[in-house]
Amino acid sequence: MEFFHKVTRFPFMHTRKVWYGLSAVLIVGSLLLVAVRGLNLGIDFTGGIVVETHFPDAPNIDRLRAALTSAHIPGAQVQQFGSPRDILVRLPPDQNVKSANIGVRIVDLFRPVDAGVTLQSTEVVGPQVGEELFIHGAWALAATLLLIMVYVLIRFTQKLAFGAILAVLHDPICVLGFFAATQMTFDLTAISAILAVIGYSLNDTVIVFDRVRERARNARKIGIAQVIDESINQTLSRTIMTKLVTLLVVVALLIFGGQTLHSFSAALVIGIVAGTYSSIYISSAIALDMGLRTDDLLERKMSKPEEVDGLP
Amino acid sequence: MTAYPRWKIVLVAIVMLIGLLFASPNLFGQQSALQLAKDQSAVAEPDRIAIEKLLAEKGIPLAGSFIEQGRLTLRFATPADEKKAHEAISKAMPNKYTIALSSASRVPDWMRRFGLTPVKLGLDLRGGVYLVYQVDIQAAVKQELDRFNQDFRASLRNAHVPYEDVKVDYANNRVTVLFRDAANFAKGREAIESDNRSLNFDETTVGNAPALQLTLTPQQIKQREDYAVQQNIVILRNRLNSPELAVSEPQVARQGSDQIAIQLPGLQNSAEVKTILGKTATLEFHMVDETDNPYDAARTGQIPLGTKLYYTRHKRPVLLKRDIVVTGDQLTDASFQPNTQEGPAVSVSLDSRGAEKMLRNTEENIGHMMAVVFIDRSSTKNAAGAEVVHTKEEVINEATIRGVFSNSFQITGINPIEGRELALLLRAGGLAAPLSEIEERAIGPSLGQDNINKGVNAMVFGTLAAFVFMAIYYKLFGIIADVVLAANVILLTAMLSIVGAALTLPGIAAVVLTVGMAVDANILIYERIREEVRMGVSPRAAIAAGFERAFSAIADSNVTALIAGVVLWLFGSGAVRGFAVVLVLGIATSMFTSLMGSRALVQVIFGGRRKIDRLPI
Repeated sequence: MEFFHKVTRFPFMHTRKVWYGLSAVLIVGSLLLVAVRGLNLGIDFTGGIVVETHFPDAPNIDRLRAALTSAHIPGAQVQQFGSPRDILVRLPPDQNVKSANIGVRIVDLFRPVDAGVTLQSTEVVGPQVGEELFIHGAWALAATLLLIMVYVLIRFTQKLAFGAILAVLHDPICVLGFFAATQMTFDLTAISAILAVIGYSLNDTVIVFDRVRERARNARKIGIAQVIDESINQTLSRTIMTKLVTLLVVVALLIFGGQTLHSFSAALVIGIVAGTYSSIYISSAIALDMGLRTDDLLERKMSKPEEVDGLP
Repeated sequence: MTAYPRWKIVLVAIVMLIGLLFASPNLFGQQSALQLAKDQSAVAEPDRIAIEKLLAEKGIPLAGSFIEQGRLTLRFATPADEKKAHEAISKAMPNKYTIALSSASRVPDWMRRFGLTPVKLGLDLRGGVYLVYQVDIQAAVKQELDRFNQDFRASLRNAHVPYEDVKVDYANNRVTVLFRDAANFAKGREAIESDNRSLNFDETTVGNAPALQLTLTPQQIKQREDYAVQQNIVILRNRLNSPELAVSEPQVARQGSDQIAIQLPGLQNSAEVKTILGKTATLEFHMVDETDNPYDAARTGQIPLGTKLYYTRHKRPVLLKRDIVVTGDQLTDASFQPNTQEGPAVSVSLDSRGAEKMLRNTEENIGHMMAVVFIDRSSTKNAAGAEVVHTKEEVINEATIRGVFSNSFQITGINPIEGRELALLLRAGGLAAPLSEIEERAIGPSLGQDNINKGVNAMVFGTLAAFVFMAIYYKLFGIIADVVLAANVILLTAMLSIVGAALTLPGIAAVVLTVGMAVDANILIYERIREEVRMGVSPRAAIAAGFERAFSAIADSNVTALIAGVVLWLFGSGAVRGFAVVLVLGIATSMFTSLMGSRALVQVIFGGRRKIDRLPI
């Protein structure tokens, strides 16, 4: 079976203004969403208390809320978590609520509503931990981008590297926009997903660039824009196929992985889609507009280490 | 096709065999187990022999046993056997072991001996409690400065050098000794320096008088902070290993520069653990003031000079001399003796300094009364978030000194429950710096099992989908890719078993993601082969070109993913690290399997054929 029996001939470079426009809309839209609606930060970043309980039958949430209020645990968010029988209680940090054994206490309060209630998990995160985790997350993001930039700079020309980085920046912004739009909980696992996506979505860019570099000799005849177009089209089959398989796997995670992995899998799905788009439509186009010339590639090609032959 | 060197095929085969071997322990399920730890020392072979003998006598079948990290694990076929064994051991050898109910893999003991163990499961998969404590390292430095203050005063007193004052400046980490004149300064400096040879002092003037100054260097501060964190880890570990708690495989580790993370697998209720962990207890030995009436002092509030009013636990007032004979930090060991002639007792051992003081004191004071004051500090946060320290001081014991003793003696007059706790707290000592709890995550066992099921489902369905897709889309080569993917999962499992990294739910997600990404490398190669075939290259040459040309693309793209993984590993904690470890290992194994493994397999399949008409791709 083969979906792409013939090499496609999409004029990616010719239509690049359209894709820039689309990307601009995506990026501006995402940033606006984050600015206006904000992210629904998880307990990892805000600090606080999250208690997960399980009921044999769907309980009346108002009664649960009343039970908490009567026990002087105000400000608690009581919500369904995955299914109507799974109830999550979220308390903001810095309350005068003693965190010691809070899970057991809350379950005891819920028992009059339904005797079959069980405590699934308790998480207590101090506010300073949340801040620290947030800073760590931000550092990790910055460090990853920087290191990847250095790597691409070493392996490719400056202009290509610039295109790659812009395309890569594009992806986490889209993921953040998605989280702001859906108000899905943004937690530590979502950050790990974003980092994984950054590393992974660069794959496609690198593979296109690799092909561009390989075909640079032809560029004298047909022009660099044409070479880029051909390279993208030639690798298109591979790009789509790999992303399709990875998406297949990640969707399985989204469906079967449960609530814990929900934001992680969602971030991966969005990130992979955005990454595929940006590496096809954006990264090479930016390199071209940066004034990528055939000579940039040929020089590099000669200085490229001869590692291919020595390895399997 | 350029022949693929035979040694590489052999290498791939060897690696795969080793991988299979190390992954195989994961095929065994779990069964009930008891975990035995000793209070002070590691459990050793004689313990095991004794216990196996005991179980044999009682007719309780044992499925297997092994010692790991000073803990003995006994495996049982059924929970009923486990329960019977628990009762038998605690009855026959009371108080000898900490016995925790646990579960262990069915892996035969001989495999374990060769280091073949299953992948460890993280807390989110097996249930348990995760705690993070913040160490107040500033307090540790403060303590150090206070100690210098006292030491310098003692040195000057012993050398009979008059001095004005000793001042501690916490903000600048500085201790200053003020003297009246240059002559005393010189004598004082000599006395202090001879007692503290490792320290460097500065000379300065305060007002018009000379002063001796000690400023802690950044290294000294760092050293002190490190010491405080390390010491607290040791203390927490000791407390967790106490028989009173019965936790299986507690893990205490430093996190960052000033935090301590504790993992308690299988634990349900953290309240008890937190009480034990949060306590700071110390002892002070004082002589009793036998001349004044403590009841009068308590009633009138007139405390005689040089004494302090304490109460016993029965609220009886006692006047004690303020001079401390020995403090708790000079104590090296304390153990509970349930049956002595005088009832339950705690045996106490002192270090040489403490022993010397105790010797001098008992020599001088035979026939007089000495009291033990138990000082228990716990701290809570008030509504404003400020720390409130509660100090409970209590005379737990008064006794007439009957003879001269120095480095070991007994404290009597306590009930068994108090005695046990006292021994534990004394042994663990006071914490080197205050701790505050900043993070707690508790996962119930049913949620853990639920997470395992979800993770396994996601893995099975995700992998299956990828397998089916590859087989349909790339035919024979797709099946080769599937074999390679399976090999990748096996190698990854083996790596996790070897490294000993705990598998968490995000870790399972990383396995799934790795499968998706490993497909990438294979597709790159096959698409390249298809391209070559389309250009009219012969099948053999197409295969060779496909593998060779795809290499740089695969390497480049994996390096970027590897960068992200390593950064996550470095910055992440807890769940994120669990993800990163698997991601990094997964990238490594997938590079190996898709570049070398896949090539070797293709060589084995097509290498023998003389002529390949059409590639099944």
